[in-house]
Amino acid sequence: MQAVQGFLDHYNYVVTIFLMVAGLYIVIARGNMVKKLIGLSIFQTSVYLLYIEPGKILGGTAPIIDPAFTVYSNPLPHVLILTAIVVGVATLALGLALVVRIHEAYGTIEEDEIFEKDGDT
Amino acid sequence: MLLTLLAVVTLAIIGQRNLFGVVILSGVYSFLMASVLIVLDAVDVAMTEASVGAGISTIVLLATLHLTRTIEVRPWRRSWAPLVLALVTGLAIAWGSLALPPFGTPDAVIHRHVVPRYLADTVKDTHVPNVVTSVLADYRGYDTLGETTVIFTAGIGVMLLLRGARRRDGGGGDDGAGPRA
Amino acid sequence: MRTSLILRIGTKLVLPFILLFALYVQFHGEYGPGGGFQAGVITAGMVILVGITFGLGAAKRIAPPGLVRAMVPLGVLIYAGTGVLGLLLGKNFLDYSVLSASDPAHGRGLGIFMVESGVLVTVSGTMTALFYAFVERGR
Repeated sequence: MQAVQGFLDHYNYVVTIFLMVAGLYIVIARGNMVKKLIGLSIFQTSVYLLYIEPGKILGGTAPIIDPAFTVYSNPLPHVLILTAIVVGVATLALGLALVVRIHEAYGTIEEDEIFEKDGDT
Repeated sequence: MLLTLLAVVTLAIIGQRNLFGVVILSGVYSFLMASVLIVLDAVDVAMTEASVGAGISTIVLLATLHLTRTIEVRPWRRSWAPLVLALVTGLAIAWGSLALPPFGTPDAVIHRHVVPRYLADTVKDTHVPNVVTSVLADYRGYDTLGETTVIFTAGIGVMLLLRGARRRDGGGGDDGAGPRA
Repeated sequence: MRTSLILRIGTKLVLPFILLFALYVQFHGEYGPGGGFQAGVITAGMVILVGITFGLGAAKRIAPPGLVRAMVPLGVLIYAGTGVLGLLLGKNFLDYSVLSASDPAHGRGLGIFMVESGVLVTVSGTMTALFYAFVERGR
């Protein structure tokens, strides 16, 4: 019973870690560069969850001060993640721009084929 | 529960080989993530995630697919090393997460440090009731200046990488034709 | 254009409301959810919508590339300039309380407003520039 309760208390962290591991797996196992970048952004969103989840207080409300409420969720992780999302898309675009240039230079976006072409020269 | 749905979409992304499908699924993923964030009271973050993750990222990914190709060829060496590595990492993080306080407890360490001061003083200090805005632009102004600079740098980088004529089929014409994606 | 009539009319109908919503998000960000980052992305989204529906030429008439390119560093300058203003007026970097002589809290509110405008300019400029860069590469 204790174990079940513990699992339910940490269920959100279990899913977060699953997303993290799935992102990591895509980045390592897949050779396609666009897919690698999507895996990277899945990893990134799991980090967003990891930051936001501890900030939530059960029964709390969004951190906008109003006389009607007294309990607010923690605003500090929100600030950090808010900027992280926008920076994340900017860096994703940078990575994709690199992929476009690689495709123009090598004619492929698969890691293996690029290694083969490098081996030929 | 929404989180479970997120996990299912992630599995679909791993399995899908058509990159177009992957991009659409990642848009779905972003919207689910935004809903989860609303449940977690992070309304500002949810708004950003919905507009950035499902809007801009999808557009940029689709543009890249248009410039490259949409099918993932799979040389797919069935090696177990990545899976084992990922699982070991996951177990290590899970073991670490056991020490975290249970979900939603109000007396966790994170809620006791500087945050009560922000919540109590923001209206008095800045006349701004949205604590996220006041922390973002005032209490932690340095951080946000840094983030803005990072966005600026990334934008410059993309412009430098993608400007100029393409080597293979020469420079394109000027205005007139729309994007074909 | 090749896009369907419904798409074109629909885009024209929602366009002003998207811009209005972006401005609302920007200027109401101190009281509700929102701020410079979100408003910037929504503004860029409007330009991208025009670009997808009516072609790149129409988007460039709304947001000329020269202007967009200038906006990217301009926002960072507004942000850092607000900080330096505090420095010149005798306080620390990014301390806005000096912006209003009578009421420090009012000055900080003003500083937040200026900083958020800087964020809006940089984010919308960068996102639009990203779109232009990728689309122009494809032609």
